[in-house]
Amino acid sequence: MTAAWSHDPELKVQHLTMRFGGLTAIGDLSFDAGRKQITALIGPNGAGKTTVFNCITGFYKPTEGLIVHRHPGGQEFLLERMDDFRITRHSKVARTFQNIRLFGGMTVLENLMVAQHNVLMAASNWTVGGLFGSPRYRHKEAEAIERCKHWLNKTGLIDRADDPAADLPYGAQRRLEIARAMCTEPRLLCLDEPAAGLNPRESDELNKLLLSIRDEENVAILLIEHDMSVVMGISDHIVVLDYGRKISDGTPAEIKADPAVIRAYLGVDDEQEAPAAVQADIAKSIAEPPPPPLTIAKNARKPVIAKKRPEPVKHKGGRK
Amino acid sequence: MAATAKDTAFKAESRNLSPQEIARDLIGTAIITLLLLIPIVFYRTVMNQGTLLLQTRLPLVLGLTAAVVVGRLLLHLFVWQRAPEAGRASTASATRTDWRETVGKWIGPAMLVAAIFLPWIVQFIPGWERRGLGIAIYIMSYIMLAWGLNIVVGLAGLLDLGYVAFYAVGAYTYALLTTVYMPLWFGEGIVPWTFYIVLPLAGLLAALWGVILGFPVLRLRGDYLAIVTLAFGEIIRLVLINWFWFTKGPQGINVPKATFFGLPFADEPGSFSDFFGIPYNRLHFFFFLYYVILGLALLTYAMTNRLRRLPIGRAWEALREDEIACRALGINTTSTKLTAFAIGAMFGGFSGSFFAARQGFVSPESFVYIESALILAIVVLGGLGSQLGIVFAAILIMGSFELFRELGFLQAILPEGVEPIQFRMLCVGLGMVLMMRFRPRGLVTRRDPTVYLKEKKAVSADLVSQGHG
Repeated sequence: MTAAWSHDPELKVQHLTMRFGGLTAIGDLSFDAGRKQITALIGPNGAGKTTVFNCITGFYKPTEGLIVHRHPGGQEFLLERMDDFRITRHSKVARTFQNIRLFGGMTVLENLMVAQHNVLMAASNWTVGGLFGSPRYRHKEAEAIERCKHWLNKTGLIDRADDPAADLPYGAQRRLEIARAMCTEPRLLCLDEPAAGLNPRESDELNKLLLSIRDEENVAILLIEHDMSVVMGISDHIVVLDYGRKISDGTPAEIKADPAVIRAYLGVDDEQEAPAAVQADIAKSIAEPPPPPLTIAKNARKPVIAKKRPEPVKHKGGRK
Repeated sequence: MAATAKDTAFKAESRNLSPQEIARDLIGTAIITLLLLIPIVFYRTVMNQGTLLLQTRLPLVLGLTAAVVVGRLLLHLFVWQRAPEAGRASTASATRTDWRETVGKWIGPAMLVAAIFLPWIVQFIPGWERRGLGIAIYIMSYIMLAWGLNIVVGLAGLLDLGYVAFYAVGAYTYALLTTVYMPLWFGEGIVPWTFYIVLPLAGLLAALWGVILGFPVLRLRGDYLAIVTLAFGEIIRLVLINWFWFTKGPQGINVPKATFFGLPFADEPGSFSDFFGIPYNRLHFFFFLYYVILGLALLTYAMTNRLRRLPIGRAWEALREDEIACRALGINTTSTKLTAFAIGAMFGGFSGSFFAARQGFVSPESFVYIESALILAIVVLGGLGSQLGIVFAAILIMGSFELFRELGFLQAILPEGVEPIQFRMLCVGLGMVLMMRFRPRGLVTRRDPTVYLKEKKAVSADLVSQGHG
């Protein structure tokens, strides 16, 4: 396989396995994430996507496997053996969280300043220079504020800069979390469901923001998302997980056509595969989401659990 | 009094008055009150052995005027603003916020000026010349301790129940260095200066102990952290009691009191009063102590304020808000927690060595758990993270303790064997319960942002997290 993302990948995940006691959350997962590409990680609820993220960002130590973050200069970081905060600091991987984790009692601007902690800490000579107001620190602080302003402008939060983060509406909090992650100046940005809870207009804005991060800041993005309008709209590469295993890997067009993906999402019974016509129909419904954004994802696990229920057939009847 | 009629007339409009208008209104009130009081109260006739004498009572007139003005101010602040008509709700609350802002802006500097002149003000109250100063020093040292603990609990959100351990480290550092080690190493000559040499050393040693305690403990969170720090406080005290050859155990250590840069406070040649050619007065020592502790407290205040605006301080507050997010941003939470512990401990060490220099005696008895609890109570009552609130809380708690000592006259109406002073803890406890009911976030419930683009807006405490340990 010589896909575009495998030539010079930003991130190589090889044979990643994560077991919690007897439960194998991820089993032998390998994929590459290309440089300056948006790679989406999708799959039904409980497929292990967030666990992959936690392994990449060091919050979990994987049971087996290798995670290599390759900088363009040829420097390589073995993320599976680094502490979580060192991964962000040295290897330049930033992340956001599925349940937003902002510093709610601090203002929007302060949130972004905290993200530049390491740069500012060094500039303040580990606080000593800062205490006496050294010119170098003041200069760096002004620079940091400029960077905050840049990201506040980009995320449309500049007017709320002095408000507490917890006061922002939900969509703005999501954007602030992305801005905060970007203020650490990452090379790889991991976003855990950035579009969750956004309305169609907001998720459209999110798409633009992510594309500009990819194209203008040259940052690779790894994305977990259920909102297919986001995933299909902006991804360069999609990796599909189910039950902790990779079931498909390819461009959005390839993924849309892959029967394994359709099976995982819509729970077609393994033994009695639906006729080809049905599959095409379902594939169409994934490819062209109806006006209210398609959220097959959220409860997609249900049909899989209730495998014997002939739901797809009913669905088909409705369509015709 | 005189202004009552006017009050009623004003009642309707005063809801939407701006600060300037209210100031004008208060000046008017004062003038009217004075005009009325001068004929009615100022002069008094007294019969004296058949002759009629005219007496003036200026203090009473001024006092009554002040009472009227303050009363009217309070009415403006709390009564008339608080019950707005439905239609005016928004404007009224805006005025109220304005007021809060103005008060908030000026109360800090006003209290600083008051603190600087306090020793002289106290001299005008007969019978309180020394006692007043003593209480002021006492309260001020608790303000400093609470400001130190505020770094750990209020900013970094780590619950520390053993803060008194660092206080003890500071005090014993001072005691042992001045009485044993400094004379041993450098000869007796250095003794008068030791306070100034030992003070920074005590801070450093306490900070070191903060780090030593921190290392094993900082993996713990919340309740577990609180229990371990509590145990640490007790361990330090028990070591002080039982390590007899080093600390002289429960006997305690007599230490030389602080000197004015080498000049002792005594009625003898070569002393402070002798050097400056002024008559000896025991109060000199208290004045000196007061300004030393005021200086130390202000140092704590200024340094905390400065640190908050540096990356380290922002990281502390971020740690209190969300530790996991901190780690995701590349912040080393362990070293961040350690610095909070160490710097908090350092200020504890400073005030510990001040304590020893003030008392002239240290023993393990001064470093019991209740002291830690008291300091924590001050921090919590003041409002976590709020330095101004801590000042109010310290004055309230420590001041009320002292107040109970003054209630001896109640003895007359209380049954035999019941002394008011026995109820001081009960009353403070009751006060804390009431506070938890009515102001659960403390007296001052706002957080000042450390950096802003256009406008500095205070963050309501409801949004600020209290830390998970």
